[in-house]
Formats: sequence, C-alpha cells, structure tokens
Amino acid sequence: MSNISRRKLIVAGAAGVAGVGGLGAAARLARKYGLIPPDHGGIYGAGETLTYACQRLLTSHSLAREFPRSQISNPPLANDIPPLSDAFKRLQAGGFLDWRLTVEGMVAKPASFSLAELKTYPVSSQITELACEEGWSYIAEWTGVPLSHILDVVGTLPQARYVVYRSFQPDWWESIDMADALHPQTLVAHGMNGGSLPVPFGGPLRLRVPRQLAYKSLKYITRLTVTDSLKHFGKGLGSSEPETGYAWYAGI
Amino acid sequence: MADAAGVPIGVSAFPAASENRRHTLLVRLTHWITVLCFFALLVSGLEIVVSHPRFYWGETGNILTTPLFVLPIPSSRPSVVSGYGYVLPDQNGWSRSLHFQAAWLAVLTGLLYVVSGLITRHFSRNLLPAKAGLSRRALAREFAVRLRFARPDASEARSYNTLQRLTYLAVIFVLFPLVIWTGLAMSPAFVSAFPASVTLLGGRQSARTLHFLVSLMLVLFLAVHVGMIWLAGFRTRMRAMITGRAAPQEHS
Repeated sequence: MSNISRRKLIVAGAAGVAGVGGLGAAARLARKYGLIPPDHGGIYGAGETLTYACQRLLTSHSLAREFPRSQISNPPLANDIPPLSDAFKRLQAGGFLDWRLTVEGMVAKPASFSLAELKTYPVSSQITELACEEGWSYIAEWTGVPLSHILDVVGTLPQARYVVYRSFQPDWWESIDMADALHPQTLVAHGMNGGSLPVPFGGPLRLRVPRQLAYKSLKYITRLTVTDSLKHFGKGLGSSEPETGYAWYAGI
Repeated sequence: MADAAGVPIGVSAFPAASENRRHTLLVRLTHWITVLCFFALLVSGLEIVVSHPRFYWGETGNILTTPLFVLPIPSSRPSVVSGYGYVLPDQNGWSRSLHFQAAWLAVLTGLLYVVSGLITRHFSRNLLPAKAGLSRRALAREFAVRLRFARPDASEARSYNTLQRLTYLAVIFVLFPLVIWTGLAMSPAFVSAFPASVTLLGGRQSARTLHFLVSLMLVLFLAVHVGMIWLAGFRTRMRAMITGRAAPQEHS
C-alpha cells in the first residue's frame, strides 16, 4: 500500500509541476499573441479567457454569415434605449449636419469627420443578423464605411492593439481588438435597409460588429480612440459592459 | 490494514476489495464534476431564458414575430410582455459568464471521460448492452420488469441492465453532444467559422429552441436517474459513486 501511494505521490507531483509549468508557458504565449481579454481577472476569468483565446485562434479571418435580401426582417426590432439627451435632440433637429466622428490616439493624423465626409468614402453593404445576448435577433442590410478604411486614412501606428469607441450617450463605450477592427465586415454604419440609419437603430452612426453580439454594435458613435492598452479607459476592463457584469468579448 | 510488503507494485494486495469495486476513480471524479457543472448550467441557463422566455423556429425571432411557444413566466426585460405586472432584475451578466465557464469545465471533463472510457474499454465493457438483450422480446421483458418498479436484486449493484445501458449511452453520446452543438450554434463568432453548424439546425433561433429542449431532456434524465437511485437504495448507490465500492451487505 505504501509503495503504491508513494508512486502515486511522485507521479501526481510530477504531473502537478508539469501542469503549472505548462500553464505558465501557455499564459506567456497567450499574452504574446493577444489571446487574453481585458476582463480576464475575477472568478469567471478562466472561462472568458478560454472562449476569447479559442475563438481568436479559430475565427480571426472568418466572415459573419450573410443572407439573401428575402430574409431581411420586416419590420426590424429597435431595442429600448435610454432617453436621448437634449444635446442629441438639437443635433437631430439639425439633420445631424453637425455630427462629428473624432479619431484620435495612436494614429499618424488624428481627424474629425462630418457625416457628409464619411459618406464620400467607399461604401460597403452587408445583410447580416443582429443577435442580442437576451436571445432575440433580426436580419437587416447595413451600409457604411469599413472601419479599416477610416483607420487607413488616419494612419494607425504599428503598436495599436484596440480601438475604443464611445457613444454620444454618456457612460456608454466599447472596444474591440485589431482582428475585429480591421475585419472587412466591421462597419461605421450610416445606412440601414436602403435608407439612412434611423435613430432607434443607432443613427446617425453605429459601429456594426457582426461577429459579436449586438451590445458590441454601439449606437451613436462620436469618438474612436486607437490604443495599445485598455488599462486607462474606465476601470480598465475594456468597455462599460464588464463594469455592469457583462463580458468584454461577445463572440459567444 | 494488511501488510503489503512483498507484493509487486501494481498488483493489488486486496483481491477481496477489488472484487467489490464498482466505479473507478476517474468515473467518480468526472461524474461529480459533471453534477456540479450541470447545476451551474441549469441555474444560469434559466436566468438567461428569463430575459426572453419566448422561443422561435428558423433564423430570426423577436417580440415582433410569432413565437413557437412562450414560457408562462415573468421576464427580466420590460420589452417582453409576460402578462405579469412586474419585471425581474437582470441577471444575465454573471449568468452568461457562469454558463460559459461551467460549459468549458463540463466539456473538458466530458472529453477526459470519453477518451479514458475508450482507452479502458469502459464503454464496451460496462455500457454497451449484450446483443441478446436487444431483441424485441428481451427489451419488452425488461420494460415489464422496470415498470413494476421491482427492487433490483444484488447482481444489479455491480452491473447495469439493458435499459440503463441504453439510457446512459444516449445521454453521453446523443444528448450531451447535442446540447454542446446547439449551444455553439448560438455563438456568432463560432458560426462565422463553421456556418454549417447553425444552418444544419435550421437557423439561429432553431438552435436556441433545440438547446432549450435538449436541456429539458437532460433535466428529465436527471429526475429519473435520481428517482431510480432512490428506489434502488440511495445510501448504497451514493456510497458506490463516492467511495467506488459496492456495499458488502448488498447480498444479505
């Protein structure tokens, strides 16, 4: 009995040391290749990290499903939004002529674009499904400028790792990694189903991130910040969602 | 304890004890981790369902479309008309995180169980029913015996009957893979890499509905499983799954 338990002890000890060493090496590799989400701390950090790392390895270049025009949901569903501010209503009354999208941070040429300027850029359209974390979904055609084009125009610096985007609505901000920021289907959307983007659906400007759940497709975006670290934004968890208990990465 | 000196390593010095063995350490360990994960997944899954207790068939579905069925429960979202005069608090943040973390643990545990079960021939030895037991007449006799709720005789403390074997195989190789598949089919990033995973199921909302229905079948299995253990002798069966030994007094 004592022989067996000694052998078991040695095997278990060796396995334990190998396991800890392996985990350490895995963590170093994961950090190097950007596989650790900003909200990796806390009791659910292991699950969030596994999901983000696996999906990044599997899906960095995959395209969200696109649908035939016949599958567009009619009518689409506008989710509830917090009451819009007076400042927003003033811009709305002026036909959003004074709406600006500012791009700053780790870029060669920080810039601020009007809607009219954005509409002169190459347009991309996609018929994709918008899926809410609650479970419901709808399909619509989204039209806009690929975010990668705007990042090209301002000249993203090589150390850039994330793009932070903010809503006109207070305390509503998000961020995505460069894999999603440079993805061809990530749009600064200004149109929907053939017309301009209606206010209940995020008009005049919404970032459309079709490979993640709808809460990453932030409404009323006014500012993009290119950065190499999310530490100094809010509580450092990557967006306002993790501060209320939701995951930063919403590819699942 | 007897002195084990002189017995070669790897050979049990306790033939009596080995005869009395019911479940291996690996089976017991993976069983109880799965139990833990199952309850975490069940509670968090119910919390997520409460945010939208409506189910649809096809690709899209929301409060503007016709549901397949609606659960008669209150909702945690004001936009869902539930017929109740109140809205439950939103618990989706931690529920989603717990759901995915428990899913990871359950999948990794299941993988360990299946791979080791194939290596040790656990499935072919303990779970694959004998051919003779699968004839129509044998199955009918088996059903008749089980429906009388006869207390199982001593031999059944050491092996499974045909119905048990078929049920366990169905849970391990049909229901668990189905619940994992239908879950993954709801991940927008996963389906961007593997679109067939959702189109084969008939769309995103079909996947969600099937995920719910398969979970219900797993809950039904759990109820019958625990009921049968109660009927067969709760203490001896629990002891077998915790300590690994069948009870010696089973023969008396």
